[in-house]
Amino acid sequence: MSSSAPAIERRAAGSATPVPPPGGEATRRRREFSRRRALTITAFLAPAVAFVALFTYYPMLSGVFGAFRNWSIYNMENQSWVGLANFETILGDALFWKTIGNTVLWVVGSLVPQFVIGFALALWLRRRFRFRGVYQALIFFPWAVSGFLIGILFRWMFNGEFGVVNDLLMKTGIIDAPLPWLADPALAMPAIIVANVWYGVTFFAIMILAALQSVPDELYEAAALDGTTKARALWHVTIPYIRTTLTLIVLLRVIWIFNFPDLIFGMTGGGPAGQTHIVTTYMIEITQQGDYGRASALGILVLVVLMVFASFYLLATRERTQAR
Amino acid sequence: MITQESPAGRITRVAALGLWLVLTLFPLYWILVTAFKPTSDIYRFPLEYWPSTFSLENFTGLFSKANFGTYLVNSLVIATLSAAIVTMISLLSGYIIARFSFRARGAVILAFLVTQMIPAFIALGPLYQLMVSLGLVNDRTGLVFVYIAMCIPFSTIMLRGFFENVPDALEEAAMIDGCSRIGALFRILVPVMTPGIVAAFIFNFVSCWNELFLSVTLLTSDANKTVPTALNGFITSYNIDWGSMSAAAVLTIVPTMVMFAFASKYIVQGLTAGAVKG
Repeated sequence: MSSSAPAIERRAAGSATPVPPPGGEATRRRREFSRRRALTITAFLAPAVAFVALFTYYPMLSGVFGAFRNWSIYNMENQSWVGLANFETILGDALFWKTIGNTVLWVVGSLVPQFVIGFALALWLRRRFRFRGVYQALIFFPWAVSGFLIGILFRWMFNGEFGVVNDLLMKTGIIDAPLPWLADPALAMPAIIVANVWYGVTFFAIMILAALQSVPDELYEAAALDGTTKARALWHVTIPYIRTTLTLIVLLRVIWIFNFPDLIFGMTGGGPAGQTHIVTTYMIEITQQGDYGRASALGILVLVVLMVFASFYLLATRERTQAR
Repeated sequence: MITQESPAGRITRVAALGLWLVLTLFPLYWILVTAFKPTSDIYRFPLEYWPSTFSLENFTGLFSKANFGTYLVNSLVIATLSAAIVTMISLLSGYIIARFSFRARGAVILAFLVTQMIPAFIALGPLYQLMVSLGLVNDRTGLVFVYIAMCIPFSTIMLRGFFENVPDALEEAAMIDGCSRIGALFRILVPVMTPGIVAAFIFNFVSCWNELFLSVTLLTSDANKTVPTALNGFITSYNIDWGSMSAAAVLTIVPTMVMFAFASKYIVQGLTAGAVKG
């Protein structure tokens, strides 16, 4: 990726000294050139780096320190060091363990159907048809809507009294009486997962379609000459070819779903009685209660998990770059 | 494999794609229909899948009963301002990362990628504290600063991809002809990249327009609220008025959908490039 980057500088440097002027003059001009180059890089990058450092990294780092302090908005004067007390409170909190289970359910339960349906859609979309562009734009629409609003849309559809989901299920005879979807813990978790699957499939479809289109036609032609069936070609030609890309997409999605409290926030707010909280929604609720120390400690646990996934992701990226 | 398709295969494909289209559009359709129903029809059986009477009462109520006009203006100003500044800043940073190799380059890219994996809300408390000490709490300008920081990394990565699609030769020629670097960037590269820059602007706008957790935390007074903050107020109240809620949702969704419709091709390009590139 950086192979083309230095080209312009090399040539620009060459053009600066077409006929080398005598001795000290050349050195002076070269020094002047590299000084101006460093200045350009610094000046152009400074605004971006400054904003991200101040408003993203600084709060994150002070959060790390805050996790070991007694830090609450109700007692700002006394921010004593409390060691691991915040972590102990969290680990002794039954709701925290519930959120861990929910998070796993939320990530796996959303990811698997998203992947399967997304993959199938991508295969079906691979063949050109007249309105394929329009179709792709239409199924891409949910992505213009925030996760929070999606949550609100589904909160209304899963409404226990006047919700359209109950109405449709009763019309088709699947259920006899309306179900209190979001008021019953056993039903609320599947409901939010359904909403998330709905939201995420398109992303998978589009990413996997892009990957499928990267497979050279010659590979299929060769497979067809050998008399391979479609299913075998998919399994033995297509999937091995795009395997690393698939790994990347899945890892990226794991991170995003894990980090996606927006939908739950709009749909159940973690309710009923905290039963649909995942770790991130729980963390936000603790922050809103003003216990920054405990929220920061939870934040560190989240960071650790994210770091593990992020390093897998970066490793997979590297593997792919080297494979090329 | 692009070969002949059997009739059965064709029927399956059309049916499956059609089904998914219906499933995708139905929730959006449902909120639209609800928004145009009079309140009495929203809470009545049998549910109407096509309203028997159309009413604008939910929309007019938003502006007379709630300050929805103020929220819309706040969101519009904050998102436009943030997106414009972010796009400007990341045009510069994306250019540097695409065209120069220097010692800190890898570190900058890594620092930006990491923010994509760690959500902004992880440090809401410390961020609130920082804004208190800067005197920027409950201040729309303060929220703009935070949004700029939130959008810069992805915007930079996206624009860098577009820069790399433009051959070096273009600006070299301009610089040999005596154009300065800034001149080459704005007079030569920017015109060529306009669609990509517009897409980046739209993506940034939509991110800021939709953002919830930061605005809920940092804006407290009603006069400063953005649309998502106001919606959050609607759902945490005891009884949700689904008529107003749907109307508000429709007004929030429509602008972003129009923008996405224009730019979806480039946004997809940016997403696939940004997501799968190290």
